[in-house]
Parts: sequence; structure tokens; C-alpha cells
Amino acid sequence: MTHASMETSSRPARGAAPFLDVRGLTVQFPTDDGVASAVNGVDFSIERGSILGIVGESGSGKSVTSQALMGLLKGTSAKVGGQALFDGVDLVALSEAEMRRLRGQRIGMIFQDPLSALHPLYTVGRQIAEAYTVHHRATRAQARKAAVDMLGRVGIPNPEQRFDEYPHQFSGGMRQRAMIAMALICEPELLIADEPTTALDVTVQAQILDLMLELQAETQSALILITHDLGVVAEVCENVLVMYGGQCVEAGPVDEIFYRTQHPYTLGLLSSMPTLGGRQERLTPIPGQPPSLLDLPSGCLFSDRCPAASLVPDRRCRTERPLLVTEGGHSRRCHLPIDQLATLPASR
Amino acid sequence: MTRFILKRLASLVLLLAAVSFITFTLFQLGPSDPAAASCGQECTPERVAEARVALGMDKPFLVQYLQYLSGFFSARTIGAPGAESICVWPCLGKSFQTNENVTDIIARSLPYTLSIASGALVLWTVVGVGLGLVAAIKKGRLADKAIVAGASVGVSLPIPVTGLFLLIVFVNQFHLLPFTSNAVVVPWGPAGPGSWIVNYLLPWVALAVLFSASYIRVTRTSMIETFSEDFMRTARAKGLAPRTVVFRHGVRAGITPVVTMLGMDIGLLLGGAVLTEQIFSVPGLGFTAVRAAVAGDLPVTMAITMLAAFFVITANVVVDIAYAAIDPRVRLS
Ligand SMILES: Nc1ncnc2c1ncn2[C@@H]1O[C@H](COP(=O)(O)OP(=O)(O)O)[C@@H](O)[C@H]1O
Ligand SMILES: [Mg+2]
Repeated sequence: MTHASMETSSRPARGAAPFLDVRGLTVQFPTDDGVASAVNGVDFSIERGSILGIVGESGSGKSVTSQALMGLLKGTSAKVGGQALFDGVDLVALSEAEMRRLRGQRIGMIFQDPLSALHPLYTVGRQIAEAYTVHHRATRAQARKAAVDMLGRVGIPNPEQRFDEYPHQFSGGMRQRAMIAMALICEPELLIADEPTTALDVTVQAQILDLMLELQAETQSALILITHDLGVVAEVCENVLVMYGGQCVEAGPVDEIFYRTQHPYTLGLLSSMPTLGGRQERLTPIPGQPPSLLDLPSGCLFSDRCPAASLVPDRRCRTERPLLVTEGGHSRRCHLPIDQLATLPASR
Repeated sequence: MTRFILKRLASLVLLLAAVSFITFTLFQLGPSDPAAASCGQECTPERVAEARVALGMDKPFLVQYLQYLSGFFSARTIGAPGAESICVWPCLGKSFQTNENVTDIIARSLPYTLSIASGALVLWTVVGVGLGLVAAIKKGRLADKAIVAGASVGVSLPIPVTGLFLLIVFVNQFHLLPFTSNAVVVPWGPAGPGSWIVNYLLPWVALAVLFSASYIRVTRTSMIETFSEDFMRTARAKGLAPRTVVFRHGVRAGITPVVTMLGMDIGLLLGGAVLTEQIFSVPGLGFTAVRAAVAGDLPVTMAITMLAAFFVITANVVVDIAYAAIDPRVRLS
């Protein structure tokens, strides 16, 4: 796991396995009311140096997916299935101890709310230095220097002095910069950012996003950007994954998804945007509620809310779960993708 | 931080003064007449009148209080004119029963109370916090359920019940432990620390059964809440070992309510573990206060009451300062 070997694998030969390849990921939580199926089949892959956007209404399983990839569900009652090959290693099958060596070191994570994600009783600097010393042999002074350097790199003024301040003495934007410093101090090859700007003031959201993109470009890490903001996805991501009911319902290159939309749910999301690039707090695109995770419908998970479900013969949308079909790099999970609407018999 | 501590200490002094005044007032104006109490069984009205003068009760109330207070700072004389005796500093009055300086009585009783309090405190903190933490980590599993069940039994066991049970089983039936001896007072006494521990083990356990139970509950609740905090997830996401996540990040944040409780309980306990001292016949502050109260020995009861209140208030201030030391949000605001 030396840096040299990472360098060589960063330029995969044509046809080589993707850097991160997730296949049929599932997560189930046993609860008092039954088993909650939060993730029901997520498939995607991402290469080094590229950015994947994950979008979907809240509750669609985006955070749970990222927690599963980070191995944060290991040692809990949650059941994780499927496969997630990270540089050839299946993250789902790793033990907690093996996963621990990857966390923070090769896979970093940025959370939504930096105030609650930072420990209130330790200085910001100490928390960042700790992220460094977990994975490096370093004296206290070396760790401090690394953390101060990192604080400087994420644009915190007077890093030497702010090292010794507590999270409550930082502004929201500065806290998220500190979180980014913590996630990046070991230069992870994969960075997962779960709605990194949602909890911030609108005025600093763009700054934080720009900072993340800048550092991502510098380090050529793979970035998974979970967001509510389709405008951001259109601007910065190469690929996008649309999630509904814990499933990947549509995925592919951004242009494909935005201009040749195949899934009615994605269309609903897109048409709920005031203007492309406009920012909004919550996506509530289509009337109706997401399915109950305790009792998933046997057909398409979106069928209850889908305007096109009644057009499909034999109630197929109600009775048969559609499979993920990929054509030309564009995947969708639908019995009646939009480009097939025209092929319906006129008599219907 | 220094300013914070100085401010708290200043308020401590004011509070202590207020408490001494209130306690004095309550005892002087209370239902039992100190003069009648001081002259014992066969009292004639004349002897009560004499006693009033001897106790200085013919003087205005405020003067009496100030006289009492002056004993905190210097020796003073007590008794009727012509029959005065010296009460050496620090003077809290003299016992009606034995005419002994109350300070001496307290100095004799306090080590017993400290012996009981210190050991019990360590025992219940270790057991309570330890089991509470285990329960929180194993939440919902068998270990958790067993600990929670044990705690609910412990909470409902009054000290006399536990104490008598322990005495019957360990002392009377199986002769495993001696009955508490008043000869062993401090761990560095001639009998040595070993026999000090053996001597006070039963009172400690009796107290610890009750107190651990509530410490288990508070620790468990607080730690479960802390474990679900976002910063715990951050700690794991860094790749920290589970031990570090639980102790450095979890316990550090979740221990605050325990510190508060501990401060209060230390304060209360130093005033005398009344029931425990009664059951095990340990002549500590609580035992002495009860005896004095039964005999109508007002100066002794009053002094111990005041002392107990002092301990509680001081413990409160110490908790406040400890809070500031634990939490930068308190310290820096
Ligand atoms: N520990 C858990 N136990 C039970 N259900 C959970 C748990 N964590 C998340 N869920 C459920 O999984 C679903 C997906 O949640 P999440 O991934 O947080 O959605 P989002 O897409 O908004 O990030 C939600 O309905 C949530 O209630
Ligand atoms: Mg989320």
C-alpha cells in the first residue's frame, strides 16, 4: 500500500477494473417494527480524479450508502450486502480492524454539520492532528505542524493560533474548512462528502465547494459528492447517480442524465428545479411519499408516485421490480424509460 | 479561568455566611428553648433564667449571632458572668451535656465520616461508572439487561435493609468480617490500611449498592446519548481504535452529568451518612448529630448541621469549577 503502487494503478489500462466499483450494495437495519431496508441495490463505479454526484430526496439512502462504504456500519446491528471493490479490495467483506486502516488514511469523509461532527471539548487543531497521528508515526510537534499546514491549505487565517481554538470559537464556514482539513490530512484517494454545504450559510456554500474542488483537483482523489443541489451536480460532476428508495434508479454521465433523462423520477427531480444552477434547500419534486422501508412494494419502488405506471401493460410496474439496464454508459431502472414512451401502442 | 474561580470563591464565602446566619436563626428561634435544654431535667424557672444569662440569650439576637460568629476567628468566653470558661479557637460553642468544646467533638467524629465517605465514594464511582459504561456499550444485549436489572434492584434497596442484610450474612452467620470497630479510624493508623479497609468494607458496600445503582443509570443514559453523537462517527471515520473512540471521545464528553452528581453526593455524604453510621455504630458526624439531637444538645446539633450545609455548598462550587475545567464552552464564554 505504498504511494508508488498507488501511482501506477492510478492510470488503469483500458478495460481494467474501476478504482471503486460498487455492485448490488444493500443495507438493512433491524428495528422494533421490523427490518428497514434502507439500501436496496446501489451500483456505481468511480475512477481516480473524477467526481460522482449522488442525488435523491432525503431518506433515499444516500447517507447510509456512504456509511456502508466507510465501514461505519460494521459492529452495529445493520446488515450490509453486495460488493464494493476499492482498488480491488471488497470493503463490504473487510473486518472492522482492516477497515480501520483504510478509514481516514485512504478513504476520507466530510459530514454535513461540522458543528456536531467536531468534538466540542477538544481544540480543532488537536482533532486534526489526531487524524494525522492515527496513520503516521509522528511526534506531537510533527503532528501539530502537519495540522497547522493543513489548516493553512484550507484557507484558515492565522492557522498557528487557530490550532488551539475550540470548535465553538469557529464560524460555520471555518468549521467546515477544519473538517475538510481533517478529512484530507492523510491525502485519501477517495473522498466522500455527504452534503458538505447543506448546513452552511448560503454565502459560504460556494466557497466551501470551490475549496473542495480545488483540493480534489490537486490531489487527484476520487470524490463522491452527495448533494441536494442538482445545479452543483451539473456544474462540477462528471457522473451522477440518482437514488430512490435506496436504489440506484438512474446513473450515467451528467449530460446524459440531464439531457436524455430516462427515469420519470429523475425527470421529476429536474423539473422541480427553478432554474438550472439555482440553489435550493430541499427537493420535493413529485407528489406522494417514498415507500415505507419496512414494507417495500413488490413492484417498482417508485410505482406509487409514477405518472407513467398506469401506461405499462399487465400492471407490470406494480408486480415486477425493474432491473438496472445499462445502454451506452447510461443506466436506468424502469419498465418504461422515457425514450420508449413513443413505442407504446396507440390504442393504450 | 482564574477570574472565574475567584468569582466562584467570592460567592462561596457569601453563601457560607448566609447559611451560618440562617442555621443559627433556625436553632435559636426554633421550637426548643436552648436555655431549658441546657439546664437538664429538674429545671426551675429561676435556673432557666440563669441559663439564659449564661448562654448570652438576654442579649439582642444579632449580638448573639455575632458572638457565635466571633468564635470562628478567635477564642471567646462562654457562660454566666463570674462562671465564664474559655472556648478555644475555633469555637463552635460548648456541649450542654459534657461542656466539651464542640470543635473537639467534631474533630473526633469527622475521621469516621471521612473513612466511610471516601471508601464508599471510590467503590460506587468505579462500580457505577464502570457498569454504566459497559451497559451503554452493550446496549440491548444480555450484559446491558442484566446490569439495568441489577441497578433497579439496587435503587430500591434502602440502606438499613442492605446494611442489616450484610451484617447478618457476613458478620453473624459466616463470621467473614468483623463488626465495625471504632478503634480503627484512619488507614495510616497502627492497625494499617488493610484492617482499615476490612473494618469499613460493609458500610461501604451498603452505601455503594444504593449509590452505584443511580450512577449506573446516569452513566448509561449519558453514554448512550453521547455514542449517537455525530462526533463519535467522525472519530471512527478517522480510523481510531474502538478503545480510543469510546474513552477519549465518548467518555470525555459523556461524563459531565456524573461529575455533577458526584459533587452533590460528596457534599451530602461528608455531612454524615446518618443511616449507615447508625446501623454500623460508627461514631461519625451523622451518628453524633442524631445523639445530640435526641439529648437536646443544641450547640452540637447546630454545628454539625452548619458543617453539613458548608460541605454541600462547597461541593457545589467545586463542581462549577470542575465544569469549567472540563468544558471550554463554559470556561471561554
Ligand atoms: N440506524 C438506522 N436504523 C434504522 N433506519 C435507519 C438508520 N439509519 C438510517 N435509516 C433509514 O434509512 C433511510 C435512508 O436514510 P439516509 O441514508 O440518511 O437518507 P438520505 O438520502 O437523506 O441521506 C431513512 O429512511 C432512514 O430513516
Ligand atoms: Mg443524508
